[in-house]
Amino acid sequence: MDNDKLVIGGHEFESRFILGSGKYSLSLIDAAIKYAGAQIITLAVRRANTADEENILDFIPENVTLLPNTSGARNAKEAVRIARLARELGCGNFVKVEIMRDSKYLLPDNAETIKATEILANEGFVVMPYMYPDLNVARDLVNAGAATIMPLASPIGSNKGLATKEFIQILIDEIDLPIIVDAGIGKPSQACEAMEMGAAAIMANTALATAGDLPLMADAFRHAIEAGRKAYLSGLGRVLTRGASASDPLTGFLRN
Amino acid sequence: MENQFLIDSDKLSPAALEKKHRLENDPSSRTNHMEYMEGMEVIKSDVREKVMAQMKSYDYNKYTAKDVKAALEHESCTAEDFKALLSPAAEPFLEQIAQKARLETSKHFGNTVYLFTPLYIANYCENYCVYCGFNCYNKISRMKLNFEQIEHEMKVIAESGMEEILILTGESRSMSSVEYIGEACKLARKYFRMVGLEIYPVNTDEYRYLHECGADYVTVFQETYDAEKYETLHLAGHKRVWPYRFDAQERALMGGMRGVAFSALLGLSDFRKDALATGLHAYFLQRKYPHAEISLSCPRLRPIINNDKISPLDVHETQLCQIICAYRIFMPFAGITVSSRESAQFRNGIVKIAATKVSAGVSTGIGDHESKYSGKQQDSLQGDEQFEIDDSRSLEKMYSDISGEGLQPVLNDYLYV
Repeated sequence: MDNDKLVIGGHEFESRFILGSGKYSLSLIDAAIKYAGAQIITLAVRRANTADEENILDFIPENVTLLPNTSGARNAKEAVRIARLARELGCGNFVKVEIMRDSKYLLPDNAETIKATEILANEGFVVMPYMYPDLNVARDLVNAGAATIMPLASPIGSNKGLATKEFIQILIDEIDLPIIVDAGIGKPSQACEAMEMGAAAIMANTALATAGDLPLMADAFRHAIEAGRKAYLSGLGRVLTRGASASDPLTGFLRN
Repeated sequence: MENQFLIDSDKLSPAALEKKHRLENDPSSRTNHMEYMEGMEVIKSDVREKVMAQMKSYDYNKYTAKDVKAALEHESCTAEDFKALLSPAAEPFLEQIAQKARLETSKHFGNTVYLFTPLYIANYCENYCVYCGFNCYNKISRMKLNFEQIEHEMKVIAESGMEEILILTGESRSMSSVEYIGEACKLARKYFRMVGLEIYPVNTDEYRYLHECGADYVTVFQETYDAEKYETLHLAGHKRVWPYRFDAQERALMGGMRGVAFSALLGLSDFRKDALATGLHAYFLQRKYPHAEISLSCPRLRPIINNDKISPLDVHETQLCQIICAYRIFMPFAGITVSSRESAQFRNGIVKIAATKVSAGVSTGIGDHESKYSGKQQDSLQGDEQFEIDDSRSLEKMYSDISGEGLQPVLNDYLYV
């Protein structure tokens, strides 16, 4: 447990909770990071595209890794442009690729995401693509040079939890990169469940932003994620299916 | 009771007055409002038919408390639910509706509220729309800013900290050409992160040109979706052509604009039907263009220069709140803008429920930002306002008021790509 690190693109992190920003007051970012114990925080490049005094960048402590996202991009070309701008703005090499062609559900466009991932990985970015959990796409993203895979649990902001659970489990089982569950996690218990399944980390934003007490909810998520991780590492116990197991063995008739 | 819109100016010539009266009193003297004028692009679209069919068959009195309760319980809001939420039967449930609306708003927008300001660059108008301060028979001080003046206005606004601007003109193609507006967009890109337009409807290629000049959002108010009522309010000019106006947002999207805004001017006609049509117009267009960013405005009629009696009639704040909440529940992802036509108290309350964008530091006049922002008297000419605003808070005041409500004011969340 002591050496249990999250490794993304060669960078090591102790925390497995990636925080969103931008849906709550800038003045709360500090407290959120502290209570969440987070070491990575996302920010929309389009939100950082603002005047000095209100720049979200200035509210993020220096020891936290910035994960700029490409929200607002409708295709690979736009995502690449936004990622390059993030680098110019001094946001570092990490980028979360988000490409949406749907303003209603904000579901990611997997095909365009593969294209953008390949271009950006070749340019030296640590690419963390947000995607709809599809095994074939995840494999393509691995080949394109992704550093992690970020499947959605349910639509952004919906707080509906692990609607795509079975498909995320397949990614966890089949893909060698860290699987970071992103979008739709509404409660600490859902985050815990994803971690128990073997997710490498959790990303949450709305669940915190809409909580009555943001720092307290950040703390709750932190503990839930840690609990889920410990459960995963310790190996979950046997879960009996409905009904008792037969007392007489089915194979009792066999004779040697 | 109806609004008394018709006002005669003593500055009009006898011939102009005679024409005005003829337009007002003799429907046969008016052009066919359903017929496109020369140069107006016709696009193939079924959106209008879909919206109008639903609006025509909408009998809001048939909805009951049961329908409203069902709408509140449903996880996603159908068009039928939306109709119930807009009906009179929903009024006793306003608090529950507001609670649900707030939940939806927070899911999609967290605690953020976006800020912007309008900039009117010209108030010349070729139309006779009886309720509007800019109408061609209303004797007001007319003005069109030159590029130097536009840049000066933009500097003054940008210095206040504003990052999003909405450029407006009166509806006169001859006085405010597409090229003139395009140049204004290019200037705006120098001072602002985001540039929106609220101008007369244009063709797809012209929207494309304006997009290339730096604009990415287009707002068109349909005023009323009741075409027959529309005909009695928009008596002359190109604005009279109702279907060309209806298709403006679709042409804007075809021209490459990122987002479009919809609105009926509440108080002109049956507000429940107009609100329904506004929501459905946005809904059907989003289905057809899923990438489009959608927003809704909810203006009510206001007094204008030379006619201070104009009011939104039966659309009181309660009804306005009901409409805004219904919009939110029906389209949780849509931006909702509440303008300075409404009071500071109303706007402070509604941003906590459903509105996601408010204007600040507003002038609906021409070339008067410096005097309005600094109190300094300007020697140069100024053009009169389109309507009277209610909430005159500066950006600074609005920013601190929103923060004080525990919300997060956002000046920009946009990149031109």
